[in-house]
Amino acid sequence: MPENPSFLTSRINEALGWARKYSIFQYPFVTACCGMEYMAAACSHYDIDRFGAGFPRFSPRQADVLFVVGTISHKMAPVLRKIYDQMAEPKWVIAFGVCTCTGGFYNNYATVMGIDTILPVDVYIPGCPPRPEIVLDGLMKLQDRIAEQHTSGERPAPETRPDDLEKEWMPAL
Amino acid sequence: MDAGALIAFVTKRVPEAVASSHAWRGDATLVLRREHLIETARVLRDDAALAMNLLVDLTAVDYSTHGESPVPAFFSSSGVSTRTDSSIPDENPWPGPPLGAHFAVVYHFFSTTLTHRLRLVVPLAAADEEVDTVSAIWPAANWLEREAWDMFGIRFNGHPDPRRILMYEEFEGPPLRKDYPVNARQPLIGPEN
Repeated sequence: MPENPSFLTSRINEALGWARKYSIFQYPFVTACCGMEYMAAACSHYDIDRFGAGFPRFSPRQADVLFVVGTISHKMAPVLRKIYDQMAEPKWVIAFGVCTCTGGFYNNYATVMGIDTILPVDVYIPGCPPRPEIVLDGLMKLQDRIAEQHTSGERPAPETRPDDLEKEWMPAL
Repeated sequence: MDAGALIAFVTKRVPEAVASSHAWRGDATLVLRREHLIETARVLRDDAALAMNLLVDLTAVDYSTHGESPVPAFFSSSGVSTRTDSSIPDENPWPGPPLGAHFAVVYHFFSTTLTHRLRLVVPLAAADEEVDTVSAIWPAANWLEREAWDMFGIRFNGHPDPRRILMYEEFEGPPLRKDYPVNARQPLIGPEN
């Protein structure tokens, strides 16, 4: 019997946010050298498990944070978009390393100049590769964002898909 | 065999095939004429004194813009001393296109039993970038030649599986040629950035 409905629902939202931020199931989409620093952050010395983010889930259906780690080429980009589309809401994306943030030092025919041209990104972790402490700092920023999205009611990962992504790029199977 | 002996041996075995040769810093390099490639390749693998059973690498070079911008000497900008050992004859380290050709296919061979190495360079003219496949002799050449086809557009006659290996089907143009702009992207999804 809630006396003040908004008080109770906001407490529930805070609790949900707290629970979600400390139980992150990450999808480590590792393609390149940043994977080494991802592994370093995940292993015992820098221990990502103490943030509750220790279990990777290599299925997009079971994951809620997509860690895009390493250079994404234009050949890989449709695959990455498909993985993102297959994840269930709520979902967040971390761009790990400068290759995913802006293309890094690769300004060539093959590299996507920043994955935010094809996916909405929540946290950018720059570095080539970023040290594990920076990774953990980015993860903590993501946790803050997860918690405040639940209290403010804002839908995570707002769809900022540009219009030309709507065209048919995958052949009908 | 050391570099000089290797060059002398091969030149004696297939004299009409070798256009020129040099041994710079202990690396033997032979410039071969295209039509004698298969014959020379069989000699390299089957002759007991050569026994080149490992194709280490097969790649291509596009020489079309060679000499347009000044080529610096080795490490001259890093402050490291570039004086080499005086016992090694120092020919021009960047000899430039062999026979003035547009493309060259470069093969690196190694013998695991006799532990000597050899480099073969086959120069090709601009409109005629075709060479015979050596994948019947060294099976490793199968994928290496597919990469040279995908990246440079060089056709290999008789290749059992002539298709792309690195780039996607929709990509147009061999990207590593000098006339392909290095950052011309052809995105499958997303904006052209």
